[in-house]
Amino acid sequence: MTPATAVGSAAVFETCREEGRAALVGYLPVGFPDVATSIRAMVTLVENGCDIVEIGIPYSDPVIDGPAIQRAASAALAGGTRVEDVFAAARAVRDAGAVPLVMTYWNLVLRRGVDRFADDLAAAGGGGLITPDLIPDEAGDWIAASDRTGLDRVFLVAPSSTPERLATVTGACRGFVYAASTMGVTGVRSSVGTAADELVERTRAATDLPVCVGLGVSTGEQAAQVGSFADGVIVGSALVTTLLDVEPEAGLARLAEVTRELAAGVRESKR
Amino acid sequence: MSEQHTSEQPKSEHLMSDAPGRFGRFGGRYVPEALIPALEQLDEVRQKAMVDPDFQAELDHLHKTYTGRPSIITEVPRFAAHAGGARVILKREDLNHTGSHKINNVLGQALLTRRMGKRRIIAETGAGQHGVATATAAALMGLDCTVYMGKVDTERQALNVARMKILGAEVIPVEHGSATLKDAINEALRDWVTNVHDTHYCIGTVTGPHPFPEMVRDFHKIIGIEARQQVLELTGRLPDAVIACVGGGSNAMGIFHRFIEDEGVRLIGVEAGGEGVESGRHAARFASAEPGVLHGAMSYLMQDDDGQTLESHSVSAGLDYPSVGPEHSHLKDIGRAEYRYATDEETMEAFRLLCRTEGIIPALESSHALAGALDVGRELGPDGLILVNLSGRGDKDMHTAAAWFGLIDAQGEGTV
Ligand SMILES: Cc1ncc(COP(=O)(O)O)c(C=O)c1O
Repeated sequence: MTPATAVGSAAVFETCREEGRAALVGYLPVGFPDVATSIRAMVTLVENGCDIVEIGIPYSDPVIDGPAIQRAASAALAGGTRVEDVFAAARAVRDAGAVPLVMTYWNLVLRRGVDRFADDLAAAGGGGLITPDLIPDEAGDWIAASDRTGLDRVFLVAPSSTPERLATVTGACRGFVYAASTMGVTGVRSSVGTAADELVERTRAATDLPVCVGLGVSTGEQAAQVGSFADGVIVGSALVTTLLDVEPEAGLARLAEVTRELAAGVRESKR
Repeated sequence: MSEQHTSEQPKSEHLMSDAPGRFGRFGGRYVPEALIPALEQLDEVRQKAMVDPDFQAELDHLHKTYTGRPSIITEVPRFAAHAGGARVILKREDLNHTGSHKINNVLGQALLTRRMGKRRIIAETGAGQHGVATATAAALMGLDCTVYMGKVDTERQALNVARMKILGAEVIPVEHGSATLKDAINEALRDWVTNVHDTHYCIGTVTGPHPFPEMVRDFHKIIGIEARQQVLELTGRLPDAVIACVGGGSNAMGIFHRFIEDEGVRLIGVEAGGEGVESGRHAARFASAEPGVLHGAMSYLMQDDDGQTLESHSVSAGLDYPSVGPEHSHLKDIGRAEYRYATDEETMEAFRLLCRTEGIIPALESSHALAGALDVGRELGPDGLILVNLSGRGDKDMHTAAAWFGLIDAQGEGTV
């Protein structure tokens, strides 16, 4: 049995609170455009101001992802990316100084075995799991495994969540709560919408945990706006897009630039 | 389990569901949180509807005056001569309006859509039969309709694409992944999570998150209820075996359900063996797969060592799916149902045989059940009595059949 040694995201939110700002959470899938470059890209996120890196595992049937992430995931799988690769990515992100959280569709964890996955992730320096297609009601094994290893357990809430669901879901989270601010799939949106603000407020009524907002943020301005009411700003498709249809070096340079803009955004979000 | 059955619950329900939404260890709700309120609403509305005499009367009226229920049974002695001389009886779901069993479920869900105050209905489709049925119900009830269909399937079932469009539905070809049924479901789920406030996702088979597997089975169980009585009236006894093809498994659950308590009746599901299980190009989940989660439910699933879904293959689009309804997985685990497969080749032979011996052109999906019946009949011999669910008619498959048997040349012209 692995003792409860994993280091989750709690310390990040403490630091951010002291600094009076929101945390920046950046998503990238491992294996796109290839495993080595994807890991360099994650380190780039950390070096340019991401506090937490959400490492996606490419999956054959990504039902909550929009076109950008679907494309990256398909390419990663076609290039031979394996679930195993996520552990090297977690190690690299941890060594670079940020908290690695793995974002994964549930069957990939089930297939490896929930306990084995948790042990391997903790051993690689991982901080926890974000599970977009697992609700707490189905998560008995994972709740036990995360209690045992100390990994963060991040479930999602949505604008459609009732007060009862908000209580159930936030009650099962550890680390933070992921507020998926718009109904729909991942992707860049021109405006973040008022639903985010309202959802964060309703979520706060149910929990004292930090609340991070994801789905649609792409600019420094939006990051500042969301950071003014949320504890963390989650950015995915806008980062993935920098790596689509370009040479790796040019993509990484663009990624660094976009990350700096977002990092400046959350630092403007004086709270 | 104790001998007491004091509750009002029928014994079979008791056997089937350990927890709400679970069939043994299968089923459940593996979906984004955003969909949970819609699933809870659907569950509440359908549970009320199932005990509401007005709803039942409305559905019953549609069955009688629109679908053409009860569907007849037909004994097929010339076909049966090739099945070891066993008696073979077909339940003729192919004679339903729109040409398959799919309409039973769709009319039920369309009525529920109205009850929930939603104005738009979406669906995935493989063979196109569920899409056509959904487009039909949408036209009948004045709902907007969008159907997602894998690009590969839009090509092999072009006639059904045209039917859906004529009926006023929007058909969206899905090019992602293997461009077949599973990818169409992915895209439909993306639409649903975005538009759930005014849209109902009418899943076409007994898969998906709770309450879909249970609800869709309940809308189809009329098949078995009618057939059991019809066979008793015709033959004075219960069949030795009830046989149905299994894609997601809705026509099979529909005909099996009423027979579950009849212990002497074998329930036999026939999966798509494609080019043979050894070839890897098949959809014989029970012959090859282990449990996993896809599209909201835990069930047998064709997957690789990492848990990535494997692509299935079948000559029939409607059986070309890497997972299967969770209730079937449970029936297999407890040994109440048996599952076999028929290869593309065996299926096409059974297809031709029914056409030539009985003048009935079956769907390629249903032809898998016929291939199963030929085998089971030979095993049972002349005393055997077999009930086969003929889930659909084969008009939509003429192109595939013509190509298979070399009835058209490269220009699409007829040959002699
Ligand atoms: C005629 C027919 N039979 C069977 C099927 C398979 O579905 P299920 O296994 O849900 O009955 C289909 C699906 O498209 C179909 O069109």
